[in-house]
Amino acid sequence: MEDWRNGGFGLYLHWPFCQSKCPYCDFNSHVAASVDQKRWEMAFLAEIDRIGAETQGRVLNTVFFGGGTPSLMDPELVAAILERVRSTWIMANDLEVTLEANPGSVEAGRFRGFSEAGVNRVSMGVQSLQDEHLRRLGRLHSVADAKRAFDIARSVFDRVSFDLIYARQDQTLDDWRSELGEALSMAVDHLSLYQLTVEDGTAFGDRLARGGLKGLPSDDLGADMYAVTQDLCEAAGMPAYEVSNHARPGAESRHNRIYWQGGDYAGIGPGAHGRLTLGDVRWATVAERMPDAWLTRAEAGFGELPREAMTVGEQADEYLIMGLRLSEGLEMARLERMQTAPAPAKIEELTRMGMIELTQGRLRATAEGRIVLNSVIAALAA
Amino acid sequence: MTQLDRIRNFSIVAHIDHGKSTLADRLIQMTGTVAERDMKAQMLDSMDIERERGITIKANTVRIEYPAKDGNTYILNLIDTPGHVDFAYEVSRSMRAVEGSLLVVDASQGVEAQTLANVYQALDAGHEIVPVLNKIDLPAAEPDRVKAQIEDVIGLDASDAVPISAKSGMGIPDVLEAIVTRLPSPKGDRDAPLKAMLVDSWYDAYLGVVVMIRVMDGVIRKGDRVKMMQTGAVYGIDRLAVLKPQMVDIPELGPGEIGVLTASIKQVRDTRVGDTITHERKGTDTPLPGFKPAQPVVFCGLFPVDANDFEALRDAIEKLALNDASFSYEMETSAALGFGFRCGFLGLLHLEVIRDRLEREYDLDLITTAPSVVFKLHMKDGEVRDLHNPADMPDLTYVEHIEEPRIKATIMVPDEYLGDILKLCQDRRGIQQDLSYAGSRAMVVYDLPLAEVVFDFYDRLKSVTKGYASFDYTISEYREDNLVKMSILVNDEPVDALSMMVHRDRAETRGRVMVEKLKELIPRHMFKIPIQAAIGGRVIARETLSAMRKDVTAKCYGGDASRKRKLLDKQKAGKKKMRQFGKVEIPQEAFISALKMDS
Ligand SMILES: Nc1nc2c(ncn2[C@@H]2O[C@H](COP(=O)(O)OP(=O)(O)O)[C@@H](O)[C@H]2O)c(=O)[nH]1
Ligand SMILES: C[S@@+](CC[C@H](N)C(=O)[O-])C[C@H]1O[C@@H](n2cnc3c(N)ncnc32)[C@H](O)[C@@H]1O
Ligand code: SF4
Ligand SMILES: [Mg+2]
Repeated sequence: MEDWRNGGFGLYLHWPFCQSKCPYCDFNSHVAASVDQKRWEMAFLAEIDRIGAETQGRVLNTVFFGGGTPSLMDPELVAAILERVRSTWIMANDLEVTLEANPGSVEAGRFRGFSEAGVNRVSMGVQSLQDEHLRRLGRLHSVADAKRAFDIARSVFDRVSFDLIYARQDQTLDDWRSELGEALSMAVDHLSLYQLTVEDGTAFGDRLARGGLKGLPSDDLGADMYAVTQDLCEAAGMPAYEVSNHARPGAESRHNRIYWQGGDYAGIGPGAHGRLTLGDVRWATVAERMPDAWLTRAEAGFGELPREAMTVGEQADEYLIMGLRLSEGLEMARLERMQTAPAPAKIEELTRMGMIELTQGRLRATAEGRIVLNSVIAALAA
Repeated sequence: MTQLDRIRNFSIVAHIDHGKSTLADRLIQMTGTVAERDMKAQMLDSMDIERERGITIKANTVRIEYPAKDGNTYILNLIDTPGHVDFAYEVSRSMRAVEGSLLVVDASQGVEAQTLANVYQALDAGHEIVPVLNKIDLPAAEPDRVKAQIEDVIGLDASDAVPISAKSGMGIPDVLEAIVTRLPSPKGDRDAPLKAMLVDSWYDAYLGVVVMIRVMDGVIRKGDRVKMMQTGAVYGIDRLAVLKPQMVDIPELGPGEIGVLTASIKQVRDTRVGDTITHERKGTDTPLPGFKPAQPVVFCGLFPVDANDFEALRDAIEKLALNDASFSYEMETSAALGFGFRCGFLGLLHLEVIRDRLEREYDLDLITTAPSVVFKLHMKDGEVRDLHNPADMPDLTYVEHIEEPRIKATIMVPDEYLGDILKLCQDRRGIQQDLSYAGSRAMVVYDLPLAEVVFDFYDRLKSVTKGYASFDYTISEYREDNLVKMSILVNDEPVDALSMMVHRDRAETRGRVMVEKLKELIPRHMFKIPIQAAIGGRVIARETLSAMRKDVTAKCYGGDASRKRKLLDKQKAGKKKMRQFGKVEIPQEAFISALKMDS
């Protein structure tokens, strides 16, 4: 069996526009005065056709509209895309179609439209349940807006998740404990809880480099917040299934699992990445990043940049990086087939240190190991 | 061929920055030795490093023709000597080639430690001395006070000191006249067998080895076959010249004259400074009193940052050593730093100069281990061993006692900083020997261990006196003391490159500084790491680097996979620059910083 089949096959669609740029965000998102959604529709459809021709006959497990802010897409555009998707691949019985939504760009009517188009799961960028913090994160919405949007989403979709960013400026452990408590009481069955990462090239990054952005938690406080997060979520019946993702068992994001389980995914839209196994080669694909340039390329028949063929070593590293993020860990047999499994001595040493465990053919990071996962991976990959 | 009484040979002695090079430039310029358009500031400092730092490292020489007021034209040979203590040895040997000195003192600063050290060498060499007060253009100049100081501190008559501004050129004609009228002419016998002193030698990319000589007796001519009396080697003279300061060929050099020769000599190492050159046939039997070669006193390890550069480093060191006989080296291996060389230097500046040249001229990145002095180990079996590297310290049960080099340090400092200086010297195990005043400046003489001076002494001195102190030293003797080897252990593994010899009483302090520094420099690991300083089996300082608490990427989706993979590749490449001590990886930068000598 081809390795990717262990993870499945998904489709990622990138919508690169937002109402404003958040100061912490390093996603490929742009603010545009106006967007000709009809033109974008044609481009997306053309790209779907192109990738579809290469992956004919595959069963599609998931579709994910990410961004940017895909909730700014016209429901008609989403509908047209999903219609083309259905006519291109074979749909899995439990097809998951997620759309990322910003609480500021929501009205009940649009959500109905997305639902009718075929979206069956929404992931909302709530980010914080404190107005003061939303303001400091540069968000356009209030807590009240977020709650209203969330209620609407829940009334329309069975599966609704939301995101919070913690380890923010001047956030105490107690603050986070109570905010998370409230979030858990709201949550349906899935939560993404990210520690704030200050990325280079963002407004936050610049401020930090200039000596600003005071009051970020120390590593120790960050670690304590992470531990509290694990405990509270676990107690609420939504344990971590990945470093930053929590769900009731069975409610995990299937699309994201494709990434972590080393499945194949097609990436369509500006800056979208993909992994496609075609014949003997696993390709890493990436599309042109700038919206206008992508549009022109896609209209000319090829929105991607030149593809890269991955070596087995690269595939193994990637499986290690992604697989260990999952609580269930990775399958050693798959790594071994890539001829680059970590040395038994390394595994033994890290096991003795309590960082990993190897049972029934699966290599997992322990709770202690997961919080220093980058070091664990570096040690294993060395 | 010049009449003896029309020759004056001299050097200029001065504390650094008092204007020695500027004065030399003026003398060259005013006598038209170098055409105006070819003048560049500091004509005689030719090495890049000398020019950049404005210090003279190698002695240089220039021949000046000067039409004096008495109507005669004189040949003035100036040998520009190095000012720094590391090269005191070179100073002393170049002084033996001349009969007089200009003592340059900055009239706004007064006598400094190097003024003293250098003038005493000139006096030792029997020189006539003409005091010159420089920088009198400065508002802060106090020529009268400085004159009095020269008389009080040095004991020289300064009533006829020549006031000048080397910068503006004021007073330069008076200096030229004083050279002619107040310095003695050389002596020598033109008809005696050839006797010439080998003053210096260096390598020139076009000419090969160039030898500077001072003729004492006899005449040397182009084409002569000459013998180096110490080495016994015989050469035919290819070229004979004087330096103006560029080479100008000359058919012969007679008594009292200074010049250079080339003779197909392969390496500077083939020449001995202080050797006597005579004719192969009908030569002299009595050589000039020789010099003993300069001994390296400071040692350190030089390792390539990139292990692949080892061969390149070997090459570069060999090449440099060919032309610097005072620099020694031998191969060394370190668990921490891999393959490198243990090198010996005349002092810290010499060390820096060599390291700079290796890095600059040979494009190498180097790690320098902590400088150490040469200890003498008196073994129980009566043997006496030199210890150049603390890592080679034998088991103490075989050692009867250990001796270390002591220096006599002269420090001149404005009153208000005296207390700080005394404390600094006391902290460095110094023993006060003398304290006197010259105006508002104090002069203290301390007996100090050299080992304490190579360890950031200059820096401390500069910082506690805001740069107002001056310092000079000579090595005095070896003396026994309570010395021990201190090892550094990281996660219970000894790190060889960090071990050092210290005085027992200072070990705790030094150990504490080192473990604290390392705690900052070693990145956190997944486990906690004890960092210890120990003497034998006894821990004297300890820090614990706590385990890393968080190192995980919060968000990692499909779009991040490539980026994360590239990051991992970088980490893997980074690991190659790490040194493994047991389970601990120490980045090379940590060694570089921990060993950074604060000089
Ligand atoms: N004002 C003034 N500055 C001078 C004079 N002579 C030298 N200097 C400056 O003092 C500094 C040190 O001079 P230099 O000749 O390099 O000193 P050396 O270290 O003794 O060779 C340089 O910045 C010179 O320009 C002078 O007569 N007057
Ligand atoms: C694709 S992003 C943005 C989705 C949507 N546009 C929004 O902002 O709500 C998905 C999530 O990543 C998280 N995120 C983005 N930048 C982050 C950062 N620098 N640090 C931590 N989490 C971040 C946010 O929680 C965000 O909801
Ligand atoms: S709305 Fe989301 S994608 Fe857009 S800038 Fe903000 S965080 Fe980034
Ligand atoms: Mg100079």
